[in-house]
Amino acid sequence: MASRAKRFFEQLLFYRSAAIGLAIILVLVGISVYAIFAIPYDEAVRLWRAGEQHWLSNPRNALPSWVNIFSSKKLPETIILDTSEPRPGVSKAIVPVLGRFSRIRIEFSFDYQYDDFPSELNLFFKSRFNASAPQLTVHWAKPNGEEYVLNTMIISREDKYYISNDDRLARELRRLISAKVNRTIEYDAPVTLLLFAEEDASILNPSTAKVMKGTYRLWIEGMAFEANVDVDARLIVYGKVYGWAGTDHLRRDIGIALLWGTPIALSFGVVASVSIALIQMFIGAVSAWFLGRVDTVLQRLTEVFMVLPFLPVVIMISTFYKINIWILLLVVIGLTAFGSGVKNYRAMFLQIKEFPYVEAARAYGAGSFRIIARYLIPKVLPTIIPSMVLSVPDFVFLEAALAILGLGDPLAPTWGKIIDDAFTYGALYKGLYYWVLEPSVLLAITSLSFAMLGFALDKIFNPRLKEA
Amino acid sequence: MSEQLLRVENLKKYFEVRRGLFGRRRFYVRAVDGVDLTLTKGEAVSIVGESGCGKTTLGKTILRLYEPTDGRIIFEGKDITHLGWKELKWYRRETGLVQQDPFGALPPFMTVKRILEEPLIIHGFKDKREREERIYKVLERVRLTPVEDFISKYPHMLSGGQQQRLVIARSIILEPKLIVADEPVSMLDASVRVEILKLLQDLQKSYNLSVIYITHDLSTTKYFSERIFIMYAAHIVESAGTREILRNPMHPYTKALLNVIPDPDPSNRFTIKEVPTGEPPNLIDPPPSCRFHPRCPSVVKGLCDVKEPPMIEVDKGHYVKCWLYG
Repeated sequence: MASRAKRFFEQLLFYRSAAIGLAIILVLVGISVYAIFAIPYDEAVRLWRAGEQHWLSNPRNALPSWVNIFSSKKLPETIILDTSEPRPGVSKAIVPVLGRFSRIRIEFSFDYQYDDFPSELNLFFKSRFNASAPQLTVHWAKPNGEEYVLNTMIISREDKYYISNDDRLARELRRLISAKVNRTIEYDAPVTLLLFAEEDASILNPSTAKVMKGTYRLWIEGMAFEANVDVDARLIVYGKVYGWAGTDHLRRDIGIALLWGTPIALSFGVVASVSIALIQMFIGAVSAWFLGRVDTVLQRLTEVFMVLPFLPVVIMISTFYKINIWILLLVVIGLTAFGSGVKNYRAMFLQIKEFPYVEAARAYGAGSFRIIARYLIPKVLPTIIPSMVLSVPDFVFLEAALAILGLGDPLAPTWGKIIDDAFTYGALYKGLYYWVLEPSVLLAITSLSFAMLGFALDKIFNPRLKEA
Repeated sequence: MSEQLLRVENLKKYFEVRRGLFGRRRFYVRAVDGVDLTLTKGEAVSIVGESGCGKTTLGKTILRLYEPTDGRIIFEGKDITHLGWKELKWYRRETGLVQQDPFGALPPFMTVKRILEEPLIIHGFKDKREREERIYKVLERVRLTPVEDFISKYPHMLSGGQQQRLVIARSIILEPKLIVADEPVSMLDASVRVEILKLLQDLQKSYNLSVIYITHDLSTTKYFSERIFIMYAAHIVESAGTREILRNPMHPYTKALLNVIPDPDPSNRFTIKEVPTGEPPNLIDPPPSCRFHPRCPSVVKGLCDVKEPPMIEVDKGHYVKCWLYG
């Protein structure tokens, strides 16, 4: 047995396409195993459905980090500075004054050497006090020493300041900088640009605006009318690249969905393809073996299913019942089980059941189901393994297509779901190519690998078909 | 007189071929049309006839691979004519089938061991060791030795003769009482035919098997059968002991069959054998009279083409269905 398997693999690897296909499939399986163990499914679904709050420290619609390797213009990474995680560039001092006040000073400084502006700038606060909320003033200093007061505010126990969304600040900065360069900034310059740009004529046009490289400082000064006060602040300078896969419109790491999409796509495709082939084969065999009334019922049933329009029925089912991906798999199997394959298999089995060895099996007392399972199906199985492998991509694509039509599992992170999101939020219109290309390339690679393996298997199992 | 094993009475097997418009008219091929036959324990008989005469159908109907249309099959005093599938299971154990095409008769995806194990598993041999013992024994019995060399091979790795021995091994592994051998050597090389026939004969003697040997070749019957049934167009037309028939054929059809056996004498190589002219009758609509009369050289007008002849016992144990002896 072992030697037979070995010979089979030698034969298989003789075809380079099979070796490549097999290698890709193995990599995909490896990714799947990694995904399953690294991020349990529930955790993945939770992360994927957590909403924007969970992902607040990620940039929105960020490109994958590796684009920086190929581009001379370095896009910014996200910079996170937090007083609860002290490190160089972060300092916090809360000094009680006369036992009745507290003076608060928090300072962040960071080096900014990128060629593009950050996408957003946010400040989050966590504070502890009894009755009197601290009052804070936020200051900003550019590398050249220009200083701005961003805002003054009284914070609650859990508070935030979306600096980049502060329209009043934007207007104010525009006015101040316009005065410095002696020309009016005509366009609606965002805060991130105004806070990070060189303050010369280049700032007058968004396409010429340059990043001022160097060390930036943000410091917070404040007072609280209480002795026992604590304030932690977290500054996030959102970049324009994130992780190995980028993020989507909800700041989610697309990598999670790409990772988890792999086992889902593979299992969906393989389970659907194998179980549909086996069920159709079994129905075909039962039909051909028993003939008579059984055959009539099964064949009429098959014909009914053959004329049922597959996609509209799936659309109907998933509109009425919000189904998850595994139920969807069952629906697909159920609708295809009585497919046209039944007719093909029945025709094959009608021929095979007349073989003398089947008659011999009847003569030594084999029962009908034993004959179907051990004498009819094994005869056909090798010839259909290639087509089983070849039809895996059909179902992988089907899952993606259903997701794009909005009929997929609303929870599961799948490749199709990413494409659906990308489509819905205008990824291509906004130039976010990575969002569409990443899942698409994975889909294409998956189907390519199964196709390459399937064609080689076909040559091995059905050599006569390929001679012509 | 030894014990009777099998009695077949007036056995008929019709196959429905087509219906007329709207299924009103039905046509039947009368493949076996009223056959009587008895077989004692340990006896070997031959059924001889040309292609399409119904001899294979007769064999398979006796094994109940076909449901008989009419008549009775009695095996060891038990009527098995219309038993259902489950009740037939014991009968399957008591009977074996050896088919014409040994390669076709073996499932190509099973090993020798698996092929021989199947009947044992089906008939409830639960103990793996016992099954293995039986497999070794039967392979040695059919001389596929050394057994270790064969046990894990697939059928296509065996020669034609070895395949047929494996088929025979499978048919006797349940130690049946009756074997139907349907042209077991007609697809084999002339060189291994005798070997296979000798093996069958040997097994028949040592297991006290009853064998129904179906063939179109009278010359191979003398190897082991004690009686011969000559079949023509779904009827048995003559039956007698092997020697008696070879020495003293009575039915014109038997005579014709004996006549066409190739003659090893080289001096006769240019003599043209006399072959009965014409074709066997259409079994959908056979003549109501003697079925051989259109081809018969000694036909009696007004009798043979009008009335069906009865089975006449001409000598002791020598029956002929012909008006010439009536």
